[in-house]
Amino acid sequence: MALLDSVRNGARAILRTRSAALARRCTPYAAFLMGRAVGNDTTRWQDALYELLRHKGITQFAYVPDAGHSILIDRALADKDVHAIPLTTEEEGVALIAGADLGGARAVLLMQSSGVGNCINMLSLIKAGRFPFLTFVSMRGDFGEGNPWQFGMGQATAPVLEAMGVICLRIEHAQDVLSTASAALTMAFKSGQAVAVLLSQKLIGAKPF
Amino acid sequence: MLDRAEAVPALIGRHEDFLIIAGLGGTASDVAAITGDAASVYSLGGAMGAACMMGLGLALARPKERVLVVTGDGELLMNVGALATIAVRDPANLAILCVDNGHYGETGWQKSHTSLGTDLEKIAIGCGIRQTRTVSSNAELAEGARLLRAGNGTRFIVLRVAAGEPPPGKRNFDGSLMRDRFRAALARAQ
Repeated sequence: MALLDSVRNGARAILRTRSAALARRCTPYAAFLMGRAVGNDTTRWQDALYELLRHKGITQFAYVPDAGHSILIDRALADKDVHAIPLTTEEEGVALIAGADLGGARAVLLMQSSGVGNCINMLSLIKAGRFPFLTFVSMRGDFGEGNPWQFGMGQATAPVLEAMGVICLRIEHAQDVLSTASAALTMAFKSGQAVAVLLSQKLIGAKPF
Repeated sequence: MLDRAEAVPALIGRHEDFLIIAGLGGTASDVAAITGDAASVYSLGGAMGAACMMGLGLALARPKERVLVVTGDGELLMNVGALATIAVRDPANLAILCVDNGHYGETGWQKSHTSLGTDLEKIAIGCGIRQTRTVSSNAELAEGARLLRAGNGTRFIVLRVAAGEPPPGKRNFDGSLMRDRFRAALARAQ
């Protein structure tokens, strides 16, 4: 029995070593698929999220610049196979998503919670046309916020989105990013729903000013 | 002043050459009068300010098709920053036709900013759109029609028309139906 146990343990150790070595060589998204934790010092969850979005066929990334989305924005700008589209105001992104869908493409909108307020009437388009809609919202006016100006829109973000028929999924921990984003992609592009993934300040860090 | 009921069809010509996004209000009627209730048209009944950016998303998604946005001065002014966003990408297959009557016709003919000093072509130029025209006479229609079909960058045409009722085109208000049949028609065409 002791011999059998030691063989088993040895085999497990070899498998663990191999899978860790493989995970180090492959992309953050592949590492996630292999069950490796994402969100530690060596793997940025933002990279894994970008690769998930690409894997699911997103080809248009509309954004209003924001520190919380900077890695996603830089990845999209550097990717010759996608369109990275800087907006002057977030509501442009809502209309862009609908236009992309008419052409059979998938787009996402990257914005800060303040920008949600700029989108409200434009979300009528998503509702009237029953367009799939997916946005990633980096939160301000949230956990640990140090700028009092951010609380008005930050605290209203989820209620106003929900009032316009957008389902909100909130993420507080790095290990939940990919599973939540996967769920949101399915809800938007398989079920045709409007979905906002809220990246809380507990996840992205609060600004002290 | 040009009559929109004659000038818009003269500029667009064969509408089957384009996938069309129509702004809400008068331009939705302008387009419906030309196309009937066609699958190649998505016309807005609300969400004012959406038309140009829908055109950008569609043009980027379908680089081999010609995309035409037909919208009014009021609708365009509501989201005029979209011209700056479009100029950054400058898709070759996108044309924007702004039917400018200088008024908000649906709400009681109040003057719009284009009757009060705003020049939309200059705004488009300032945003970085390189191919622009203002068409305000019959003599300029042929050049405008040519420019709508040119293929080397986004084009922006202001069509100055008299303030008056649009032609009685029957607008479709079912946004979901228009979405489904627009996508289905494109999928069939592939």
